[in-house]
Amino acid sequence: MMVSKDEYYQALVERHGIDNQKKFDKATVAICGLGGLGSNVAICLARVGIGRLILIDFDKVDVTNLHRQQYKISQVGMAKVDALRENLLEINPFITVETYRVKMDESNSIELIKDADIVCEAFDKPECKSMLTDIVFTNFKDKYLVSASGMAGFKSANDIVTKKLTSHFYISGDGVSDVNEGIGLVSSRVMTCAGHEAHMIIRLLIGENNP
Amino acid sequence: MVAINGKDYAAAGKNLSSVLTEMKYDFRTIAVEINEEIVSKQFYEETILNDGDVVEVVSFVGGG
Repeated sequence: MMVSKDEYYQALVERHGIDNQKKFDKATVAICGLGGLGSNVAICLARVGIGRLILIDFDKVDVTNLHRQQYKISQVGMAKVDALRENLLEINPFITVETYRVKMDESNSIELIKDADIVCEAFDKPECKSMLTDIVFTNFKDKYLVSASGMAGFKSANDIVTKKLTSHFYISGDGVSDVNEGIGLVSSRVMTCAGHEAHMIIRLLIGENNP
Repeated sequence: MVAINGKDYAAAGKNLSSVLTEMKYDFRTIAVEINEEIVSKQFYEETILNDGDVVEVVSFVGGG
């Protein structure tokens, strides 16, 4: 069944209200890393109708990603940016999805995130999380950064929280559950953390600054 | 006194870089805020801690 752009938009407006939806329409969010966090955050934001998503990841979909990341078995081997773009546009074809298949570093990050109102850190390595924090706040004092730390393992999903560290810096997670300590990543707990990040982004876009 | 992650330290007058090194933080995996402002890594060396500063050191852990 074909759904028109107007019908789709009306359905969003009914849930979110026209004022909020207009804020979502003109928002740009950059998602840095498209693993368990980034792929789930992107799906939340596409469903809400965020006007422009910038997806950044260098990697390909691997069979070991399927237990928690929003890809399909038919997409194994595809670039994550291409696979996720395809999945997002199947959910909401009326948003703009920009993709960059690169590994973010000190030299290319400024250009990649410069248009974003909000930057979502969704990397897996602590060094990358730290690097992105440094780049955002060294170069863009007015951007919001929503980051994540600590979501591995089977511990309670209720330990995942979002903290506001500065006026523009938020971190979701339990702060301690490290994948490098031999505890694996479990879809539901990673998704909980991604939900926290996505929800904070959505709240910031409607002008709510508290987690 | 300087509050670092909720504990008081006699760190006033010292530079941030040396305090973080003494506390054995790995600079590659942290973010530091002083009085609710993130400090860029390039300024760790020249940032002198003042009496009454509130410092939070975030140690990122892996997974995503």
